[in-house]
Amino acid sequence: MALSLRVSGLALLISTAAGIPTGALLGLTRFRGRPFLVTLMYTGMGFPPVVVGLFVYLFLSRNGPLAGIESALIPALFTPGAMVLAQSIIAFPLVAGFTMAAVMGVDPQLRLQVQALGATHWQTTLTILAEARMGVLVSVIAGFGGIISEVGAVMLVGGNIDGRTRVLTTAIVLETRKGNFDLAIALGIILLGLTFLANWLMLRLQGSDE
Amino acid sequence: MNDELYRLKNITKAYGERHVLQIDALTIERGEILALVGPSGAGKSTLLRLLNFLEVPTHGRIRFQNAEFSASQPMPLSLRRRVTTVFQRPFLLNRSVSANVRYGLRLRGRRDHTHAVEQALEQVGLANLARQPARTLSGGEAQRVALARALVIRPDVLLLDEPTANLDPQNIALIEKIVADLNQQQGTTLVLVTHNIFQARRLAKRAALMMDGRIVETAVTETFFQNPRDPRTAAFIRGDIVY
Repeated sequence: MALSLRVSGLALLISTAAGIPTGALLGLTRFRGRPFLVTLMYTGMGFPPVVVGLFVYLFLSRNGPLAGIESALIPALFTPGAMVLAQSIIAFPLVAGFTMAAVMGVDPQLRLQVQALGATHWQTTLTILAEARMGVLVSVIAGFGGIISEVGAVMLVGGNIDGRTRVLTTAIVLETRKGNFDLAIALGIILLGLTFLANWLMLRLQGSDE
Repeated sequence: MNDELYRLKNITKAYGERHVLQIDALTIERGEILALVGPSGAGKSTLLRLLNFLEVPTHGRIRFQNAEFSASQPMPLSLRRRVTTVFQRPFLLNRSVSANVRYGLRLRGRRDHTHAVEQALEQVGLANLARQPARTLSGGEAQRVALARALVIRPDVLLLDEPTANLDPQNIALIEKIVADLNQQQGTTLVLVTHNIFQARRLAKRAALMMDGRIVETAVTETFFQNPRDPRTAAFIRGDIVY
């Protein structure tokens, strides 16, 4: 359970740090290649997590392109690091996509007004993100929901190793297969409770803006 | 006193193929109130956006104080911040009233804002609403908060884009009084776009008629309304439809 939260929490942090700026950029600027990037991101939002897992698996496996490189940034297969990597990739388009939609929902005239009051580009972007704060929060919640409940990718790249890479979802799969329905149900309830708690905390942190 | 603040020469603005503005010459003097009138689509609002340096002219340069502004030459931030606009709609941020008024000062990195914010809210007669969420205000109150948000930064130039178009007579009178006082007491230069020629007449020292992106006539307000040179100005003032 602690591992579930650690892996998904860290992955969420990474994808939020990358996804919110990306979403803001795509929502507030027009440049060549933007429509292509937006299509790519929407595809990513609906991409089956297990396929992401497969790609990460292939990249990190012994015959993969990254296998020979020794770096702290490239995790080994069947470690929590590999799971964080896969989940970051899954959550990133969700966070970026919903952030983009939220930012685009802010009246473009408000941007003009904010600039007229003397805001720099950077200040304008921050103000628009603040105006869209509810939608930005939803993007983070969607990213979290997408990965805390995810089983295929973590199973593939983590390997469901007891005490090392077994998380709640993979444990549920295993226990169900073994016929331990009681334990599986119990784990399921814990997962639900955890998700509820995490979402509730995020909403509280934001300061209940009705 | 002939103190030139803006000088525009051969300015054009086009969106793609569509030419929306073509101004041969226009100067705006420090401390004056200039009203821009004309039918919709005449380019009045576009001109205001150029004067606030929110959009660049397609051709030509705008001289403001000692700096030049053109497609290849942005206005330095410190000078851009001497100008601000109050639009037809207030566009308040989803925060408290005082946070909205404080906004422009915070952008400028100023932290000593409590007194200035109180003063600006008093100026528009809304000191009692400081702590309310901005979106609970009525239309007239919201527009006065927008005005306070502009006043608090003490701009050299205040651009007003039909600031009273959707308001009741009482709020219109209040806002007109506030901006007239601002001009008289602090010497703030005002450029006012309005559909209401009576308002132009009440407030402005000079008036200009715009049509199809061009300035038809600019004159001292009295002359403009009583003795216009151009027949189109005369027709516009009479309320005829002009082409």
